[in-house]
Amino acid sequence: MLDDFFLRALIAGVGVALTAGPLGCFVVWRRMAYFGDTMAHSALLGVALSLLFQLNLLVSVFAVAVAVSLLLLLLQRRQALSSDALLGILSHSTLAIGLVIVAFMSWVRIDLMAFLFGDILAVTTGDIALIFGGGLLVLSVVAWLWRPLVASTVSEEIAEAEGLKPERARLVFMLLMALVIAIAMKIVGIMLITALLIIPAATARRFSASPERMAVLASLIGVAAVVGGLFGSLHYDTPSGPSIVVAALLLFIVSLLPLRRAGTDSATRGMRP
Amino acid sequence: MLMENKGGPPLSDQLVDLQKAGIQRSGRWLVRGVDLSIGRGEILTLIGPNGAGKSTTAKLVTGVLRPDEGSVTRRPDIRIGYVPQKLSIDWTMPLTVRRLMRLTDGHSDADLLAALEATGIRHLADAEVRHLSGGEFQRALLARAIARKPDLLVLDEPVQGVDFAGETALYDLIRQIRDTTGCGILLISHDLHMVMAATDTVICLNGHVCCRGTPDSVSRSEDYQRLFGVNARAVARYSHQHDHTHLPDGRVLHGDGSITDHCHPEDGHHHHGEDHGPDHPQGEHGHHHDHDHAHGHGHGHHAEGGAGSGSGSGKTSHHA
Repeated sequence: MLDDFFLRALIAGVGVALTAGPLGCFVVWRRMAYFGDTMAHSALLGVALSLLFQLNLLVSVFAVAVAVSLLLLLLQRRQALSSDALLGILSHSTLAIGLVIVAFMSWVRIDLMAFLFGDILAVTTGDIALIFGGGLLVLSVVAWLWRPLVASTVSEEIAEAEGLKPERARLVFMLLMALVIAIAMKIVGIMLITALLIIPAATARRFSASPERMAVLASLIGVAAVVGGLFGSLHYDTPSGPSIVVAALLLFIVSLLPLRRAGTDSATRGMRP
Repeated sequence: MLMENKGGPPLSDQLVDLQKAGIQRSGRWLVRGVDLSIGRGEILTLIGPNGAGKSTTAKLVTGVLRPDEGSVTRRPDIRIGYVPQKLSIDWTMPLTVRRLMRLTDGHSDADLLAALEATGIRHLADAEVRHLSGGEFQRALLARAIARKPDLLVLDEPVQGVDFAGETALYDLIRQIRDTTGCGILLISHDLHMVMAATDTVICLNGHVCCRGTPDSVSRSEDYQRLFGVNARAVARYSHQHDHTHLPDGRVLHGDGSITDHCHPEDGHHHHGEDHGPDHPQGEHGHHHDHDHAHGHGHGHHAEGGAGSGSGSGKTSHHA
């Protein structure tokens, strides 16, 4: 009953979720949800440019996401508009430009829905290699820069004064975000990538006593959401991205329930995934 | 950045040196023309009113900010321990005191607990940082900075939110750290009298360096008194005369370490003007007050107590 395409999607999804966990924690801790959203939305511009100039999709999406976040940093320095407004402008205009370019290219037929909301049919073996290669790279860099990343999240000033180079950590974090967006796009889709970053991390918060534990748990919860979501997608013939996000949301809601209710013994708990 | 040694401590002992350093933000100079240097074993205190550029100067020293004019020279490979003035942590990050202690360094448990012991919060090692009170949080930050065994400690109002008795104890601890480790310390405070005993040099800052010198000479200088107003002068004048202190909760800490609910009428000078009956349980304390001196207004209490303890006159001992 497990078709090849589905197995590929499952493996790819697990790779994406494992990678997204720790990064999602930083998005939550650093309050960068909207920033992540903006980078993700700019991915459609990347898709459009890749089609227009016959570039590699992954490279094109990565490059545009990096360019957008650099542009944002540049505009933030001028302090003419709030970051919030700048993010809103960049987020929607890159998405819109991408859509307009795609519409102009009447000679290309693309499944826009697949890019926006993910498509499990589209995952190739090559994609799996990219996801695991990219994912491994992202996780190694995160592990390598873990102390500066956490320290500068707690206090940029302490990190700077005590020689941990928070500026470098921030730049690397941005590049990692762009990479994750590029590799996660096919599975969850442009519109919902940030959800896969944020919801598992938020779910993990309650069960974590340290940042390290929260990062690992976020990955595992993400894997559960991907597996649940993809089976749901197969079963109900729903788009993969939204199905994964709904599964993640269900896990989040379960995590909000009281851990131990009076009069309930432990056997009745933990029945749900 | 050039290294020049102009009659300060020997170059090898000099940790950081600012020459005519200034920081400009949107056309306004936050501080300008700051000359200062800190050597090993030296405690330098910056005082000044709000917006005087104290924290900005501290950030120049630590390298968080780079000067727009002048130069900042740090000893290469200097190890800095920093307690910033403000720190806001997003509480979605689970963080225990123990983890906070290891923020920039992987200390051993022994080092970590020793530092917490020194600041008096060893029992909170496994508490979540978000559940700490303001004072406990400051102690944790101070412990974190000293656990690094830094060459230079930069403490931006390290005792904010700490209760009064604790404040004195922490200033004692800061001096003790200098004495035992020989590190240099940059201390920021807006209460000169609180830090008098724990400092070698005071720089009075108000966008520029107003005056500098020993704590005594600065507290007597006209610049200082102009900056801090009449109250500062009044406090300075009778800084050695108090033997009891009004705690934040309204109780009174006496020179012999006892705590009572009110001042005693026969106690030294105080500002309440309340009429206490003669039947207080603990009547006799040693008093050394001159009751004729002019009073500052009400909230001078805190500073006065600090002055008393900071003076090291031997009459007051607020902590066992």
